Amino acid sequence: MAYDKFTVLKSSAVPMPIENVDTDQIIPARFLKATKREGFGDNLFRDWRYNSDDTPKQDFVLNNPIYSGKILVGGKNFGSGSSREHAAWAIYDYGFRCVVSSFFADIFKGNALNIGILPVTVSPEFLDKIFKAIEADPKAELEVNLPEQTITIVATGDQESFDINGYKKHNMMNGFDDIDYLQSMKADIQTFAASSPY
Amino acid sequence: MSNTATTLFEKVWNAHVVRSIPDGPDVFFIDRHFIHEVTSPVAFLGLENRGLKVMFPERTFATADHNTPTINQHLPVQDPLSANQLKALETNSAKYGISHWGLGNPKNGIVHVVGPENGITLPGMTIVCGDSHTSTHGAFGAIAFGIGTSEVEMVLSSQCIMQPRPKKMRITINGKLGKGVVPKDVPLFILSQISASGATGYFIEFAGEVFENMSMEGRMTVCNLSIEMGARGGMIAPDETTFNYLKGRDLAPKGEAWDKALAYWKTLKTDAGAKFDLELSFSADQIEPQITYGTNPGLGTGITHSIPVASEVKDGEASYKKSLAYMGFSENEKIIGKQVDYVFLGSCTNGRIEDFRAFASIVKGRKKADNITAWLVPGSHIVEQQIKEEGILDILTEAGFQLRQPGCSACLAMNDDKIPAGKYAVSTSNRNFEGRQGPGARTLLASPLVAAAAAVTGVVTDPRELMN
Repeated sequence: MAYDKFTVLKSSAVPMPIENVDTDQIIPARFLKATKREGFGDNLFRDWRYNSDDTPKQDFVLNNPIYSGKILVGGKNFGSGSSREHAAWAIYDYGFRCVVSSFFADIFKGNALNIGILPVTVSPEFLDKIFKAIEADPKAELEVNLPEQTITIVATGDQESFDINGYKKHNMMNGFDDIDYLQSMKADIQTFAASSPY
Repeated sequence: MSNTATTLFEKVWNAHVVRSIPDGPDVFFIDRHFIHEVTSPVAFLGLENRGLKVMFPERTFATADHNTPTINQHLPVQDPLSANQLKALETNSAKYGISHWGLGNPKNGIVHVVGPENGITLPGMTIVCGDSHTSTHGAFGAIAFGIGTSEVEMVLSSQCIMQPRPKKMRITINGKLGKGVVPKDVPLFILSQISASGATGYFIEFAGEVFENMSMEGRMTVCNLSIEMGARGGMIAPDETTFNYLKGRDLAPKGEAWDKALAYWKTLKTDAGAKFDLELSFSADQIEPQITYGTNPGLGTGITHSIPVASEVKDGEASYKKSLAYMGFSENEKIIGKQVDYVFLGSCTNGRIEDFRAFASIVKGRKKADNITAWLVPGSHIVEQQIKEEGILDILTEAGFQLRQPGCSACLAMNDDKIPAGKYAVSTSNRNFEGRQGPGARTLLASPLVAAAAAVTGVVTDPRELMN
């Protein structure tokens, strides 16, 4: 599925300083029953965001109007648990384009990159600085520069660089996905399959 | 030692690289692909939108499990959304020529139970599924892991995914497991030591006497939970136990093909001197029956212990306190004697025949406690049949339990099997996340023996007290 190209994103951010945010919290299993990829943002963080009678929980960050933006900042080990890509779809559909954490679970990170969300891994110290900056000013902006592979807290100028492999970076900057690439090498795959013992 | 010594993981990985992209992932060939009703529909939709076909339909196997009811499976599925997903799996499988074991098929069951029991899973393979517990199949010396729906579409259309190579970890446990300590306790113990993110970025090889002496079903339970450690997957070198399990299974090789396969499988082990990025070792006598008390699988401990104080756990204090608050527990409390409302035996972690034998060994001659609602859900129809043939059903019935029909059930509570808000469940499944078993449900993960002990006493009980 095509997604928007990602180059430089300057935005305020939504802070979620909780560790081990698992994909069951991002989107509970009972909302995985669709056969199309639409509307998952409505149920993003469903059980943290709404009471059982569907009224918003006022103390949850997504219900607090002072926070907004296209960047979600989470605690260590973000996206653990189930492989459901629906978690990444829900984050994208809600309007986020980038998730920042000191540590991502592997499957979530791969899913995010595959659908056009940039996962940015920063040091625990830098993550702390981001949370402090947002605490000081809920509208504090972050600038995520993919070509330069840097993330900057705009108000303080604090900056850190982040890793991403060259292949995925190229894909993100151009809105390409892996299926295009794999289709281009089908002859090689056919040859490989013919020699497989299974 | 020469520097050509390689690990089991490297041998299998290297044999599946179609192309290595400089400064990028490997184009990684997939031997077997399992699909189910929840994570495949959007992948098929993607194929249609792009006008692509399934490249090797004979390498993909479909089974319905996540959404299926565990009673009255002969009746139409009541929930229209679930019914729609099940229908989509059936239609898509038929359209593209994929083998489909839907509801009512005698081979139907949880994907990670039916793959191995039918001989689809073999040593040295690469296996993926849009489900994180695909790591289960690593028990056979396969590289097996969960993928997202975009990757399901990649495998359907090209039999490959783009995969960065994980780092290598080996966890060695020597010694003999004590009384009442079963395979489930081993990964729960490891989790309590390294946390739910302790193996993120790694692929684990489990080695040592504890795993060598374990049955295939036990090894599946261990590898199943490697994802809960954050690992991409876990694997165990194939040996005589593996070969004996596979011989004669429906879709395993036969005759000459078997001999040829066996010769290859015997080469699948880590060479002496091969290097790992990280090596951990534990001793079997450190492990007692385990139980979790928090909201990630790393928050567990020996059943006789108390709930740790925040400074003793790796999770940050705020996250830990949030976790205990959700569970209604406090630091320093004893876990033994805690109230239990529900018991769930089943899932891809503990839904196999040995798990039902273990459960039955405790409840035999006893009665289900009045305060307990018990859901006993076999992992497949084949397991269900074995339960009946071995007389286990009679033992369960005599003790006041009923058997349900196969499926993922209360492990993720997508169907009607939901633990009510605020209630406590001792569960043999794999995740104790907030709301995992139903909104507000509180899960204590444990082995089938601990689940059985809770089912007959009504509270958290050390199963060793009920064993001869």
